[in-house]
Amino acid sequence: MPRLEEHCWSCSCETKHSSGANWLASKAEEMMSIITSVLRNAYGSLHDVRAANLIRRGLVLFTVGAFLALVLNLLQIQRHVTLFPEEVMTTLFSSAWWIPPCCGTGAAVVGLLYPCLDSHLGEPHKFKREWASVMRCIAVFVGINHASVKLDFDNNVQLSLTLAALSLGLWWTFDRSRSGFGLGITTAVLATVFTQLLVYNGVYQYTSPDFLYVRSWLPCIFFSGGVTVGNIGRQLAMGGVEKPHMD
Amino acid sequence: MTLRERLREKISAAFYRHGLLCASYPVPIILFTSASILTCCYPLLRLPLPGTGPVEFTTGVRDYSVPSHEPQGDLGERPDWYRGPPVAYIQQVLVKASVSPWDSSLVPVDVFRSPLGRAFSLLEEIRNHVHSDGSGVRSLETLCLQVTDLFPGLRRMQSVLPEHGCLLVSPGNYWQNQRELFDLDPDLLKTIQKHEPKGLHTSATLRDLLFGVPGKYTGVSHYNRKRVVTYTITVVLSSYDARFLGSLRGRLKQLHPSANCSLRDDHMVHVHFKEEIGIAELIPLVTTYIILFAYIYFSTRKIDMVKSKWGLALAAVVTVLSSLLMSVGLCTLFGLTPTLNGGEIFPYLVVVIGLENVLVLTKSVVSTPVDLEVKLRIAQGLSNESWSIMKNMATELCIILIGYFTLVPAIQEFCLFAVVGLVSDFFLQMFFFTTVLSIDIRRMELADLNRRLPAEAGLPPPKPGPLRIREVPPPPRPSPHTITLQTPAFRNLRLPKRLRVVYFLARTRLAQRIIMVGTVIWIGILVYTDPAGIRTYLAAQVSEQSPLGDPGGGGLAPHLGVAPVFRGGDPTSALSIHPPPDPTPVPENQSQGHHGAAQAGPLPQASPPAVPQITWGAEDEEGWRRLSFRHWPSLFSYYNITLAKRYISILPVIPVTVHLSPQEAIETRHPQDTRHPPPSIPKVSADLQTDLTLYKVAALGLAAGVLLVLLLFCLYRVLCPRNYGQNGVAHGRRRRGDLPCDDYGYSPPVSEISPLLLRGHSMDIECLASDGMLLASCCLAGQIRVWDTQTGDCLTVIPNEGPMCGWDGGYGAAESGLLGPETLGPACEEEGGGGYPLRRRTAPTWPTLFNDQPDLTPLIDTNFASQPPSHLCTPPRHGFDFGGLVERAYMEHEAPSPSAYPSPSSASSSPASAAGTQAAADGESSVWALELRGNLIAAGRSSGKLELWDAVEGSLRCVNEDGGSGITALAFLNNRIVAARLNGSLDFFTVEINKPLGLLQYRGAPGRGSVPPSPCYSSEDVISCQLTRSVQCAHQKPITVLRAAAGRVVTGSQDHTVRVYRLEDSCCLFTLQGHSGGITAIYIDQTMVLASGGQDGAICLWDVLTGSRVSHVYGHRGDVTSLVCTISCVISSGLDDLICIWDRSTGIKLYSIQQEVGCGASLGVISESLLVTGGQGCVSFWDLNFGDLLQTVYLGQSSDGQGVRQLLVLDNAAIICDFGSELSLVYVPSVLEKLD
Repeated sequence: MPRLEEHCWSCSCETKHSSGANWLASKAEEMMSIITSVLRNAYGSLHDVRAANLIRRGLVLFTVGAFLALVLNLLQIQRHVTLFPEEVMTTLFSSAWWIPPCCGTGAAVVGLLYPCLDSHLGEPHKFKREWASVMRCIAVFVGINHASVKLDFDNNVQLSLTLAALSLGLWWTFDRSRSGFGLGITTAVLATVFTQLLVYNGVYQYTSPDFLYVRSWLPCIFFSGGVTVGNIGRQLAMGGVEKPHMD
Repeated sequence: MTLRERLREKISAAFYRHGLLCASYPVPIILFTSASILTCCYPLLRLPLPGTGPVEFTTGVRDYSVPSHEPQGDLGERPDWYRGPPVAYIQQVLVKASVSPWDSSLVPVDVFRSPLGRAFSLLEEIRNHVHSDGSGVRSLETLCLQVTDLFPGLRRMQSVLPEHGCLLVSPGNYWQNQRELFDLDPDLLKTIQKHEPKGLHTSATLRDLLFGVPGKYTGVSHYNRKRVVTYTITVVLSSYDARFLGSLRGRLKQLHPSANCSLRDDHMVHVHFKEEIGIAELIPLVTTYIILFAYIYFSTRKIDMVKSKWGLALAAVVTVLSSLLMSVGLCTLFGLTPTLNGGEIFPYLVVVIGLENVLVLTKSVVSTPVDLEVKLRIAQGLSNESWSIMKNMATELCIILIGYFTLVPAIQEFCLFAVVGLVSDFFLQMFFFTTVLSIDIRRMELADLNRRLPAEAGLPPPKPGPLRIREVPPPPRPSPHTITLQTPAFRNLRLPKRLRVVYFLARTRLAQRIIMVGTVIWIGILVYTDPAGIRTYLAAQVSEQSPLGDPGGGGLAPHLGVAPVFRGGDPTSALSIHPPPDPTPVPENQSQGHHGAAQAGPLPQASPPAVPQITWGAEDEEGWRRLSFRHWPSLFSYYNITLAKRYISILPVIPVTVHLSPQEAIETRHPQDTRHPPPSIPKVSADLQTDLTLYKVAALGLAAGVLLVLLLFCLYRVLCPRNYGQNGVAHGRRRRGDLPCDDYGYSPPVSEISPLLLRGHSMDIECLASDGMLLASCCLAGQIRVWDTQTGDCLTVIPNEGPMCGWDGGYGAAESGLLGPETLGPACEEEGGGGYPLRRRTAPTWPTLFNDQPDLTPLIDTNFASQPPSHLCTPPRHGFDFGGLVERAYMEHEAPSPSAYPSPSSASSSPASAAGTQAAADGESSVWALELRGNLIAAGRSSGKLELWDAVEGSLRCVNEDGGSGITALAFLNNRIVAARLNGSLDFFTVEINKPLGLLQYRGAPGRGSVPPSPCYSSEDVISCQLTRSVQCAHQKPITVLRAAAGRVVTGSQDHTVRVYRLEDSCCLFTLQGHSGGITAIYIDQTMVLASGGQDGAICLWDVLTGSRVSHVYGHRGDVTSLVCTISCVISSGLDDLICIWDRSTGIKLYSIQQEVGCGASLGVISESLLVTGGQGCVSFWDLNFGDLLQTVYLGQSSDGQGVRQLLVLDNAAIICDFGSELSLVYVPSVLEKLD
């Protein structure tokens, strides 16, 4: 499934989107809701408890993804010295409305896929399985995003290389599993392709694209996002009763 | 051995030594660490504090020049932001206007209508002012800051704020700078109010912006008593032209001279604004911080098994934070100024540094064996994790080093900070956190010690004696081996924190007070702010309802597009025409640079003696200071100009005083104003009326507030009763003075160590014996009681008269409470018997005993009269009154005993006791020795009789009367009983049992009726006691001490010798000579350690296998009263009230503890490091390693009671000690846990 996670990082400039984009987005959401409902029904008929657990985890992941999308989107938006609350609200929601749901859905899918893949591969993830580590991972992820926005690099290659190194460091620090790496790469590739398609179709655009139509560091962000969300998903799948303590 | 392993070993050893160091000297190390933190943070003082408040810098106007961009060499006190031109220059024209003289025909609106109207003409003046000199012609248009569109989203401001032109703000903007609109406006106040935002507003309001002075100073209202209207015309200039401004100033001053104005105009103020963080930026930042706190939360949640989780979590956070501060401070010290936004990178730094090491350390330390010493635990924990810590640190440093070579300045700076932070974090972990951890672990051990077992169920709750935690000054310890523990401040923290908080709350009634204070503050705010609120509200109301107001309310002029200050088609625009055809010929609104402002014409508004005096004060000089500090940023932000990190220059104000004649005021009236001209008198009354309304409303508000407070208070009292926080009856009843408070003023809770008092004996306890499960005690009255050591229940009572056919439990008699003319029970009192006194210590005087012990009900045996006397003994019975019995019984005991320490009271006892003495002399002899094994009690009597009793049933099983001399000591080991007699002989008995003895695991109290009366001893033949061997002359003098362990029997005698016998064959192995006095104390245990102490104060250690003396030390001036050994040391106490701790292998005195006079004769060792001593009415626990008093547990109500003479340490870590006629059972549960 194509995932739209975290494009918000990039759409700093666009504030209006065409009706075509609206249509596309609504279609996509429709499709996703259909798929999730089908999945839910299928699982619900099989195992009620498991389904409830799955839905709960999915909801949590969705919330986290949407929230992170909203917040990180703000990082991209130009700073204004704002005084009026109305303006803040408009800033907050100045990006397209479909970004948080898409990111949330993507997060839910990836976050559920990770433990699922682990169990299928028969390699349960044991490395640093605790909430403190997960929080650290999220913080590093936000930091990578922050760096991608705030840092002034000489050229884009340097920026992309740095971010790639950071993403790999993130994976090495918090994941260190083959499945995590593979899924992260897959996520990054798919998401980048999807973003390319979106930009190609004119849904939004980047101010200074340097990698076909998008920024070259986008895959790194997607990769680290995938690893982070996978980390959360695994912890949720393991922790069961524990809730992430963030939003 | 590879290099890696060698390195690893070395690191581990270094960490081990470091851990020992940290745990040994916690206080100096913490002091050192704090000092280094402070030193490293010192450079931070020079950094500006974070905040958004603007910074000011004042320069003179005369020699002002625009500062250059490049920093010059010597800037003096010039701040570093003062570079380059400012964003704008602000020139304010401060207008004070009044209608004078005030006429009674004027209406309130006249106060501000015509003065405001003057703004338009002033605007014209300013707008059209032209200055020309040799360098050219300048008008405002060329100098002012040209603004474009308003910021999108501010559409509603469009009608009032100028667009596409000069930024020139005045109250005239309300009316689009058009006099006609102003004249047509029926209600000026309404127009002004219309633009005010609803609700709370913190930033500058539009009214402030346009008037340029805070709203309440404008005087634009109906209730302006001073009748002076103040407003400003604010001109924002983009470039500074001193000549133009000077001529403008001169022109305005000339037109409107301010008579008594002495405002200084030689200073301009530059205001630098910090970067303001918008909410859009704040949200990611806040999210980062939330994630950071979640991380810290989840990390510190893992801290476990420590005394204070919160304390350690705090220490961990402090470690990380101060390492960051140190890193910033060090970087600043070495010349690196932080350019990154500290608030932004801070969470990432914390995440990079991490709390992991701290947690790993904690986990490692708490997982070390609990029974180790704290120092060793810390050292082991450190060294266990040393390798991983070093590895992680090296890895992180490598990663950061890689980051450093990205050559991106921001990343490089971040990495620099991170490296220094990591190193300082390592330093702090090693020194600060480890030390805190060691303190915490030590506290946990202390707390373990203080914890009490949960109360046993089914037990009638014993009255907990008051417990006192006494902080005595550490005893003098002359030995160099003593190790200083932390300051008492650390050791006082024995109470759980939450308890302390609760106590604190309860004591200070903090919650109540906070609520009260909060309410008072709230009322205050209500009272303070509400009248203002009411005032404005009423003002609005009145202005709406006033006859002056427009009843329709719809008289708003349709807003045209805002007219720019320079109207496009205005032919008077002075831009191109020079000199302009000014419609006002006198005085010319232009100045020539060379002939200056010479044409000071006659002023049309010659100020008459004004009734409303216009005064200029110092506060007008910088009137903009009274505005919100966001005034200017918000004004500029409307045009999308940010002032963040930039500065503006505020020029000195131009004062303008305008006096208007009443005629002028009347001329400028709007017809609506005059339609209902309120006469002067009604106006005053209306004024009064509104004032009255105001007061009424204020009073009502106040009353409502008070009512609300009362209601809240009642609600609070209902919800939280008075004894809030004092949970538990015991706490609730306690007064503060009842218990000594520690340094913090907290009373200790009762439930830490509370001795369980075993009551029942009527006299002082003479003998004690225990096998762990059961406890047998015998008092001077000869009564033997058997107790359950777990619950403290009295299981059996064996009265002195020997077995009786029917007897009742002690509690039974006590509970029935039958008092009256009854036959009293154990009247037969033993005679003391001659010979060696068993009790070496002076017995406390008996009257206190009786004062303390009014409960003598166990003496009453209600069944006694009805039962036939036993065939074994014929108890003499006397019918006498209650008190007499006890009194005499005591004296019977004391008088005949030829004690070395005769009680003074015995000599003067009443002669009436003589008969009793006689009666007792031929009666039953007293119990001198008592032993308990299984459920058999061996009792040696003064008559030489050895009795075996069933401990549970209370029946006599066997009697051996082979010896004639009194039994002074007994040892019961396996199935052998060794009895030492007064004449120095030693008898070995064998207990033969036909049915297995069966170590009875007797627990729980039997019911009253469950013990069947056993009139005859049917089982007597089952247990027999045979004298196997009698060593007639074991010692030349009475045997004083008898100990048996490990198959050996050791006797000590008055004849200065110690003999060792083998238990099996009663063969004397050694006679140990070496003491120069009688033997008073012997210790032998399963490990064949033999120590003896004598009256000469010497302590000898012997090798039991060879009979050789290992060491011989003199430690006491006087008798050695008690001896205990642990694996490593020997503890002795003497008559000199000294407790000495000796090293067992070397015989060197480690240290000694000086005790209070008259206490500490008895000793017990609970664990390797815990010593318990008996004192005057208390038992004290000592840390053997340090010689510190850990705790003193008071046994009874009065601390001046009897001393503890005997002290028995049971296997379940309980301590049994006698306390007058009572026994105390003190649990030390943690030791039990530690033994596991």
